[in-house]
Amino acid sequence: MLEVALRHRFAADGFSLDAGFTADGAGVTALFGPSGCGKSTILAAVAGLLRPQAGRVVLDGQALLDTATGIFLPPERRRFGVVFQEARLFPHLSVETNLRYGERRAPRGATGPGFEEVVALLGIGHLLARRPAGLSGGERQRVALGRALLARPRLLLMDEPLAALDTTRRAEVLPFLARLRDAARLPILYVTHALDEVDALADRLVLLEAGRVLAEGGVEALTARTDLPLAARRDAGVLVGCTVLAHDAARGLTRLGFGGGELLVPLRPEPPGSRLRLRLRARDVAVATEAPRSLSMQNVLPATLEAIAPTGTPHELFLRLAVGPTPLLARVTRDSAERLGLLPGQMLWALVKSVAFGLPAPASSRDGPPS
Amino acid sequence: MNPGWLSAEEWQAVRLSLEVASRSVLVSLLPAVLVAWLLVRGRFPGRVLLDAVVHLPLVVPPVVVGWGLLMLFGIRGPIGAPLNEWFGVRLVFTSEAAALATAVMSFPLIVRAVRLGLESVDPGLEAAARTLGAGPFDRFLTVTLPLMSPGILAGTVTAFAAGLGEFGAVITFASNIPGETQTLPLAIYSATQTPGGEAAAGRLALISFALAIGGLLLAEFVARRMHRLLGRA
Repeated sequence: MLEVALRHRFAADGFSLDAGFTADGAGVTALFGPSGCGKSTILAAVAGLLRPQAGRVVLDGQALLDTATGIFLPPERRRFGVVFQEARLFPHLSVETNLRYGERRAPRGATGPGFEEVVALLGIGHLLARRPAGLSGGERQRVALGRALLARPRLLLMDEPLAALDTTRRAEVLPFLARLRDAARLPILYVTHALDEVDALADRLVLLEAGRVLAEGGVEALTARTDLPLAARRDAGVLVGCTVLAHDAARGLTRLGFGGGELLVPLRPEPPGSRLRLRLRARDVAVATEAPRSLSMQNVLPATLEAIAPTGTPHELFLRLAVGPTPLLARVTRDSAERLGLLPGQMLWALVKSVAFGLPAPASSRDGPPS
Repeated sequence: MNPGWLSAEEWQAVRLSLEVASRSVLVSLLPAVLVAWLLVRGRFPGRVLLDAVVHLPLVVPPVVVGWGLLMLFGIRGPIGAPLNEWFGVRLVFTSEAAALATAVMSFPLIVRAVRLGLESVDPGLEAAARTLGAGPFDRFLTVTLPLMSPGILAGTVTAFAAGLGEFGAVITFASNIPGETQTLPLAIYSATQTPGGEAAAGRLALISFALAIGGLLLAEFVARRMHRLLGRA
C-alpha cells in the first residue's frame, strides 16, 4: 500500500499543495483534476524529483520520504518507474539500449516481466535497433513504458503519458497501457485530466482541485456522486462494470450483464465472458413512472429513486437511481420532476438512450485476461 | 616529414605550434568541463565572480596575461618558487610555459563551448535516468557527457585552432626561443623582423592559413557526425 501526504508551497507563484491519499495493492489509482491542480507536483514528489516542504511517502511500510524524521530517499534509490508526458528517451541510445538502461541498474533478484515479454507486450520488437528520433510519438511512449517496467519498479508513476499525443496515437497507445497494467501487477499512479483514460484504466480515483483532494475512492462509486465537479461535466454519468453475455449478430446486438440486470448494446468485438466497463451518461438516462411501451429504446430497467439532487444548473436535477445494487444517475429538468411528482423511494423505469464505451479496449477487471 | 620547401627552423616552428596547442588543450579540457559545470549547474555564492575571472583572458591584453603568469610562475613567484625548490621544475622560457600560456588564453573559449553544450542537455533526461536507478556519476557518464560532447568537441577544436596562433602571452611568459618556444606566430614575427625574411613569413602565414581552414572543416565534419549519432539529425 502506498500512503502519500504532502504539503508544499511554491514561492514563485504562491501555489500551495496540501494533499493526502492512499493507493492499495496492484491496480491503477488515477490522480484526476484540471491542469494546475497539483497532480503532476504530487507525482514528482512521490518520484523524489521534488522535495516537498513537509510530508510522507510510505510504500508497504517503508518510508521513502518523511520530513518529520528527515528521511529522503533520492529517486535513484526509490525504484519507482516513471513514464513522463514527453517519453524522455535517451536520444543517443538505441531503443534496445534505452530499454536495457533501467534493467541493467535493477537490483539482482528484483522480479518482473522479462525483456522479451515486455517487448512482445508493447509490440516494439521491430524498433529495437532504431534511434528515438526516428520513432512516432506513440512508438516513443510505448518504448518509455517498456523502459520504466524493465527497471523492475515497485511502483509505476505515469504523468499524463498520453497528453502529448494526438487522438489517433492515443487510441494506439491506450490498449498497450491497459495490457501493461494487467501484466505489471504493480500499483500504478496515473496522472491525467482526460476522463476517458480514467474510464479505461482506473480502479481508484483521487479527485484534485487547487492543490487539495476533493474525494478519493473506487471509480464506480465516485462517478455516482452528484456533489463533485465530475457531475458538472457534460459527460457525467456512472461507470458500470459488466460482462459480455452473448452476441446476436443477426440483430447486431450484444447482451451485457451487470449488477442490476442486462443491457443491449450495438454489437461488440469482445468474446462472451469479457469484462467491460461502460459509462451511462446522466443525460442519456430518462425515467418513466409507468412501464413504457412501443419505444425505440431497448434498455428499460426497473429502478428505485433514491434521491433528488441539484445539478448546479437551476432548472435541472439529478435523479439518483438504484438498479439492483448498481447506482445510476439521470439528469432531468425540474419541470419534468414536478410534472411526474417524483419523490425519493418511488419505483421508476430508467430508460437508457445510449451507452458510451470509453474506448475500444476496456478490460476493467484485473483478474480478466488482457484483451 | 619535412615537406622540403620549409627550412628546418620553419618546420620546427610548425611542429612546435601543433605540440603546444595540443598540450594546452589537454591541460585545460578537464578543468574547463568542471568550470562549465559549476557555471551552469552550480548554486553557490561567487558564481558570477568565477564567470568573470574565467573570461578575463578574453578581455585583458595577452601581454598582461603573460606578465601575470611570469609573476606567478617565475622562480621567485608564489607558485614558481616552490615548484623550483621542491621539484626542481623551472617553467619559465620552456615549451611547457608556452603550452600553459596558450591554455590560459584559450580557457574561456573551451568553457564557453562546453557550457553551451551542457546547457543544451535537457535536465528532464537526467531526471529520467535518476528514476531508472542511475546515481550522480553514472548518469553524468551515460547521459550528460554524451549529450554535451558536441560542445566539448567544438571547444577542443576552437581552442586548438586559437592555440596555434597565440602570440602575446607566449612571447611574454615563454619568450621567443627557436626550437623551444618559437611557435608559428612567433616565427612569423621573427621572420618579418629579419631582412629578407618576407618569403619565409609568407610560407609560414600560408601554413597558418591552411591549418585554420583544415581545423574549421574538421570541426564542421565532426559536428555533423555527432549530431547524427546523438539522434538530432
